[in-house]
Amino acid sequence: MKKRSYEDMTHIYGRIWILSALGMIFAYPIITCIYYDAWPGWRPVLQGLLGVAPIFWTVGIIEVITFIPMLGTAGSYLAFVTGNLTNLKVPAALTAMENARVKPGTEEGEVISTIAVATSSMVTVVIIALGVAMLVPLTPVLDNPAVKPAFDNILPALFGGLAVVYVSKNWKISIAPLVFMIVLFLLVPSLSGSVGVLVPVGALIAIGAARILYKRDML
Amino acid sequence: MNFHPNSTLLFILAGAVILFVIAQSLFFLIRAFRRGRELGMDMIQLRRTLVSTGIFTVAPAVSILLGVITLSKFLGLPLPWLRLSVIGAITYELPAATSTANALGVSLSETVTDPTVYTAIAWVMTLGIFPGLIWVPLFIKKIQGGLLKIKNKDGKWGDILMTAMFLGMISAFLGMVFADIRSGLKGWIPIFVLLFSALLMGICGILIKKCKLKWLENYALPISMLGAMVFAAVITPVIGG
Repeated sequence: MKKRSYEDMTHIYGRIWILSALGMIFAYPIITCIYYDAWPGWRPVLQGLLGVAPIFWTVGIIEVITFIPMLGTAGSYLAFVTGNLTNLKVPAALTAMENARVKPGTEEGEVISTIAVATSSMVTVVIIALGVAMLVPLTPVLDNPAVKPAFDNILPALFGGLAVVYVSKNWKISIAPLVFMIVLFLLVPSLSGSVGVLVPVGALIAIGAARILYKRDML
Repeated sequence: MNFHPNSTLLFILAGAVILFVIAQSLFFLIRAFRRGRELGMDMIQLRRTLVSTGIFTVAPAVSILLGVITLSKFLGLPLPWLRLSVIGAITYELPAATSTANALGVSLSETVTDPTVYTAIAWVMTLGIFPGLIWVPLFIKKIQGGLLKIKNKDGKWGDILMTAMFLGMISAFLGMVFADIRSGLKGWIPIFVLLFSALLMGICGILIKKCKLKWLENYALPISMLGAMVFAAVITPVIGG
């Protein structure tokens, strides 16, 4: 038998892990229902799903298309199981690759991205577990009104720094989507609840503008 | 069987899934290190990646913990602990819980005691997010193949395409900070925080380039993020948020 490449093996292991994870995640509601003999019935579940599934499932597809090229093979199999992609795993992987001077989609990029996603997942799990274990003494600290604004603003705090790194390097590509988004949100601030849907819009605008600039030899 | 959203069984179930995910992370981490050595990569750089990513993760992880605490008031600890440690994010789980509670006419302000309400919410959370886990194995090879085709055809355009996609995403998030600007000066706080974080990153960039502080490179992002968070905590009471 031909020896399989590292990449092929990553796909095989990745599938085994991701499908087992799927089983584990479904085990939680199934075992709870059996143990407490508390099946909710179709109606409330379908009604609840109706409120969220159309958006979640769409955003899910968008995330897969957008993030797989950035995270690489093992990084994707891992990050989609561990969650918190946009606010943690993707910035972590991209920053790590930037600092190591490797590109997404290369063999070296694959290694660095995997290390970043795996480390970030483990640190998150450990911190949350510690937090849950020490919830009683920690709650007054975390619920402190003086601390609250810091965490309310964690996304602008993260994306401001990230933006400098990427926008300064690629300012020509960034102008179009940035201007579009800022104008859009200035006109319709209520759209901020639909960021998930606007991510592909921004991506398409950026790609379109980049294509035009590229064709005119301006990049 | 008496139901309680903080029962030992639920803790054991959540803990088992979380352990499984740690095992998966460890498996891929070790594999990546071995692969890095095979490729002749600088092992010091790989270790540096591990340390700086770990440090970077602390603040976002604490903010995720805050999400667990928010949800735990209604759902007990195990379910939010499980959902936010693995697979989910507060932006998914809160709407899923709210949508189901509304459908059942239950209030989100007190701890759930009815096991069927609890399992309904657990099912909606699970079914709401599981497609992501199916799309990855189904589409990953197609997406990577498509990208490879573009890169083979025109390597430079392939790189530009990836950058453009990411910048499009960042733009959507940058736009989000304008959400509350109609509510007066305090609605501008996220914008000030974003600019402050950008300023810190700019200063780090200058220090790295001009003063040759190469070590700073790996910590520039956590420094800007944490600095901007402190800035938010300082200006919010001043502005009156």
